Amino acid sequence: MTTRSPTLAHRAAARPLAGFDRRDADWYIDKLVAAVVFVCGISAILFVLGIFFFVTKEGIGFIFTKLDFREFFLTPYWSPSDAEDPEYGILALIAGTASVTGLAMLVAVPFSLGAAIFIAEFASGKTREALKVLVELLAAIPSVVWGFIGLVIMNPLLIKWFDIPVGLCVLNAGIILGLMAAPIMTSIAEDALKAVPDRYREAAEAMGATRWQVVYKVVLPAAKNGLLGGVLLGVGRGFGETMAVLMATGHAVNIPDSLFDSVRALTATIAAELGEAVVGGEHYQVLFTIGIFLFLITFIINLSADLIVRGIRKG
Amino acid sequence: MTTANPALFQASDLNQRNARVQQRFRLLFGLMTLLLITPVLLILATLLVKGGGAISWEFLFTAPTDGMRSGGLFPALLGTVWLVTVALLLSVPIGVFAAIYLSEYAGDNWFTRIINLAIINLAGVPSIVHALFGLGAFVLFFKFGTSILAASLTLAVMTMPVVIVATRESLQAVPPAFREACWNMGATRWQTIRRVVLPNSITGILTGVILEVSRTAGETAPIMFTGAVFFTPFLPHSVLDQTMALSLHLFVVATQVPGIAEELPFGVALVLIGLVLTMNSVSIAFRMWLRGKKKW
Repeated sequence: MTTRSPTLAHRAAARPLAGFDRRDADWYIDKLVAAVVFVCGISAILFVLGIFFFVTKEGIGFIFTKLDFREFFLTPYWSPSDAEDPEYGILALIAGTASVTGLAMLVAVPFSLGAAIFIAEFASGKTREALKVLVELLAAIPSVVWGFIGLVIMNPLLIKWFDIPVGLCVLNAGIILGLMAAPIMTSIAEDALKAVPDRYREAAEAMGATRWQVVYKVVLPAAKNGLLGGVLLGVGRGFGETMAVLMATGHAVNIPDSLFDSVRALTATIAAELGEAVVGGEHYQVLFTIGIFLFLITFIINLSADLIVRGIRKG
Repeated sequence: MTTANPALFQASDLNQRNARVQQRFRLLFGLMTLLLITPVLLILATLLVKGGGAISWEFLFTAPTDGMRSGGLFPALLGTVWLVTVALLLSVPIGVFAAIYLSEYAGDNWFTRIINLAIINLAGVPSIVHALFGLGAFVLFFKFGTSILAASLTLAVMTMPVVIVATRESLQAVPPAFREACWNMGATRWQTIRRVVLPNSITGILTGVILEVSRTAGETAPIMFTGAVFFTPFLPHSVLDQTMALSLHLFVVATQVPGIAEELPFGVALVLIGLVLTMNSVSIAFRMWLRGKKKW
């Protein structure tokens, strides 16, 4: 003891406060840090509440004075900058978002599940590591780059292949969004497959099952909820995507009849029009109202993804 | 001992059929993986071919000229460095402490679950809603105006989950026995965290920070209305200035500038993607090196 901390003993002796030594100080520091850490720990909750509060605060004026639910959700006429008679119907925008996200998921879900199964269950060693790194890098490509790709690479390609006047359409945005969401869904799905304990696989293999039988009969049923949660997170991601959709859809208010129609998404509308809306004006408030709508939808999607994933942990 | 019946070790029809089915599915899933990856690699190659010619020292270190139709992207690059630095200064301390709370203090109860749900939501809320939040809260309510500070705060809130998740993982990778040994010596919780847990997980935390740099640099929508502008002739001097940013610059040169040389936007895209992918590769390499030298 004495050899280890002569300086500490010294300091404790020199302290004017009787009975307050180094260990007391450590105790108080510990309590202080615990409080700071707790505040940071709950910051995520505060931020989510803050987002809801501030977006609602800016949009609430419209909700209470002008909002007609039937007109807002069920009419496709969107002309907010009309000085005489502005119209705020977001049905066409919802249709735009839904068609693009739907197509993207149609492309991305089967392929990313297939890729996840290949990476987690069939590939091994170097191949697996390389594929995982590649998927991770692909997931990192920024959305504005994807939008740019849709605009300058996909657009001329689609015009050439399908002989259409404009290549910025549901198909373009759907493919772009699908390519963009696929790596993310692949890694979430792969995590879900990884979470199935190895002893399940070993037990099945000991019974003489082939790899595919193990995957189909054992791993997939066990990872079902995690996979579904991953798909939902992918849907949420596609739904909320802004820049790529803004640049690749053609940005025309329209309920699409075919894959080659231009549409406009909810997120893209906010991004394109917020800059020209007068702060505090009606148009501005409507855009925030759309923001509240987007927030609530993604909140519900994330909440259900969480509930589904937690489902397996309990069982 | 009787000799084993050789027929016992021959594959039956059923075995062969199963093996064929397995081969087919293996091929199918392998093809799906390839199909997923190839178009992206093709696109990246196209970017490289078309934009490679635009990249030069001059492109990187001069300002745009002629109404952004020519010249370089230096102000945008510098602006992105500003935005990322300020955002990281704000989000990394809070994110690391939040992860410490979740890993070292929080119990397994409903409250922790709510925090986790909030983190998922923070990551899952559309980026444009984060932009609305930044505009309503930082630009208007706290009166920072459209400035680097407001934009960086928005980015910080948005990308904080990246740091929290990475840090929590690396904290939880430190074996509980390390902590217990330290507590037994009479150390307080905080002493244990600072002297034992953090030194053993610092590289993992850095991996998360690098990932966040990459995420932050690529975001466009959250900074559009909070601090980044299409064009400004001035370089930022303080956090209350507006700035150009690389990601927004790509959007602007791709959509708002008519009559631009074709290779210029490709060059901008290439610089942005190069920056992001380099950061991610560094983070991945770091993680692999870490896995290789792990002592426990």
